[in-house]
Amino acid sequence: MSNTIRVVASDAGTRPGFKKRTIFLIAYLVFAILPIYWMINMSFKTNEEIVASFSFFPQAFTWDNYRTIFTDVSWYSGYINSLIYVAINVVISLTVALPAAYAFSRYQFMGDKHVFFWLLTNRMTPGAVFLLPFFQLYTAVGLMDTHLGVALAHLVFNVPLAVWILEGFMSGIPREIDETAYIDGYSFPRFFLTIFVPLIKAGIGVAAFFCFMFSWVELLLARTLTSVNAKPIVATMTRTVSAAGMDWATLAAAGVLTIVPGAIVIWFVRHYIAKGFAMGRV
Amino acid sequence: MKPVNQKAWFLILPVLLCVAFSAILPLMTVVNYSVQDIISPERRVFVGTEWFTSVMRDSDLHEALWRQLVYSFSVLAIEIPLGIMLALAMPAKTWRSSAVLVIVALSLLIPWNVVGTIWQIFGRSDIGLLGVTLAKVGIDYNYTGDSLDAWLTVLVMDVWHWTPLVALLCYAGLRSIPDAYYQAAQIDGASKFAVFRYIQLPKMRGVLMIAVLLRFMDSFMIYTEPFVLTGGGPGNATTFLSQYLTQKAVGQFDLGPAAAFSLIYFLIILLLCFVLYNWMQRVGTTDKEGAHE
Repeated sequence: MSNTIRVVASDAGTRPGFKKRTIFLIAYLVFAILPIYWMINMSFKTNEEIVASFSFFPQAFTWDNYRTIFTDVSWYSGYINSLIYVAINVVISLTVALPAAYAFSRYQFMGDKHVFFWLLTNRMTPGAVFLLPFFQLYTAVGLMDTHLGVALAHLVFNVPLAVWILEGFMSGIPREIDETAYIDGYSFPRFFLTIFVPLIKAGIGVAAFFCFMFSWVELLLARTLTSVNAKPIVATMTRTVSAAGMDWATLAAAGVLTIVPGAIVIWFVRHYIAKGFAMGRV
Repeated sequence: MKPVNQKAWFLILPVLLCVAFSAILPLMTVVNYSVQDIISPERRVFVGTEWFTSVMRDSDLHEALWRQLVYSFSVLAIEIPLGIMLALAMPAKTWRSSAVLVIVALSLLIPWNVVGTIWQIFGRSDIGLLGVTLAKVGIDYNYTGDSLDAWLTVLVMDVWHWTPLVALLCYAGLRSIPDAYYQAAQIDGASKFAVFRYIQLPKMRGVLMIAVLLRFMDSFMIYTEPFVLTGGGPGNATTFLSQYLTQKAVGQFDLGPAAAFSLIYFLIILLLCFVLYNWMQRVGTTDKEGAHE
């Protein structure tokens, strides 16, 4: 694929315009990275140093905060629990959302528009009051403090999102492709998996990343539905706030470590996001 | 036109089952709470719409609602254009695009309570980078004391936290525009703005709609970040709707009024999203007609 943006930019005869974009991009990246840098900086300091003085680099460099997290089972099991339920959630979300998004993008049926919008309304329920019914429901069906329970609860906001994102990408694909495949004798499942899914890789990449992200950072439901066995890292972190004062340093180290899995996920899906779909070259 | 096919319902059935399980039952329970006075789990009295009328009259709530509306629309007005600009500026190819993508996405991956905590330190004028820098430049900045500073800090934090969501969606939308469109524009001698206005923007319509709705509803329900950063203060400057709700539901354990409040809250979000959604769809379709002329 040729570098389209650059072609367009240079064609309009605006070399300075391209530079302006680069400057803007760099400025934004600096803005994006500074708070994160400050967190990394804090994670290598002691609590005393964080509160006492301002410095760009840790003066008394220490690995202690990370050591605490990696040696204490109640800390690192939080990461494992989060990863398990987030993985279950992403798999279920995408599996159910793919056929549904296809239906919404390709067919008209009774109530289609209403159902499509209704799906999104499930993301609009303000948390606090809904926690108690969730607690009662999941206790009643025996899913309290299980990874599956949290994963199912997070479907409420991830499935609608996945359906919406995927529908947008699918609608961008001409319907002639489906029709040609059916004329060529493809069955629906075979067409869907071998032709259609590869075409919307970008959408699947974006949807997977967003499902991962929203499930990974969600605190209220995950904390309400777990106690010990499936306790997520976001809930473990809240204990750094105690009567003895804030444990800034450990919190910063834990924060740095929460970024790592997501960064790996985005590294894996980056090509799907950046590639777009290949139809343009036909 | 899309063909009519009622069998398509079978394709969306799994989604309905998944969502309905965790959405409808809790929602019904909350509706149930909202019409009762819950004295103890065993003693409940039916009160009808009493909670709804008292919540509607609550003047604190009106204030919080206005604050919330101003905040959410400020968020949209900044994050949507900034996200589009960022998506346009992000490199399309090479290793640089990968690096930029990962850096841009980082802020989304931090748990919300940690986001608040980082900015709490980051903004302090004795030990935080932002606070110290502003103090050096000579700006009197104090987010714990000054209402405007606190509000702006929450807003900047939100822009930092969530603009990547808009940017990533737009970026993915841009990348799926076939080259042929750009080639055609090149042949027609279209200006850079025309390419944006008639090719890139219409093609981003789908993802932009998702971005606007998501940012609107999430900013309207913002809770954890301002709660950790400012605790709603100073005064009520950064007390948003969800914080009132949590005070009622958890702090005072007034389940009935809190449930009525959250239903009204939910309906406001629903109504505004519905208006936004329909407006954007109308704008989008008139665009298409214009392009055909």
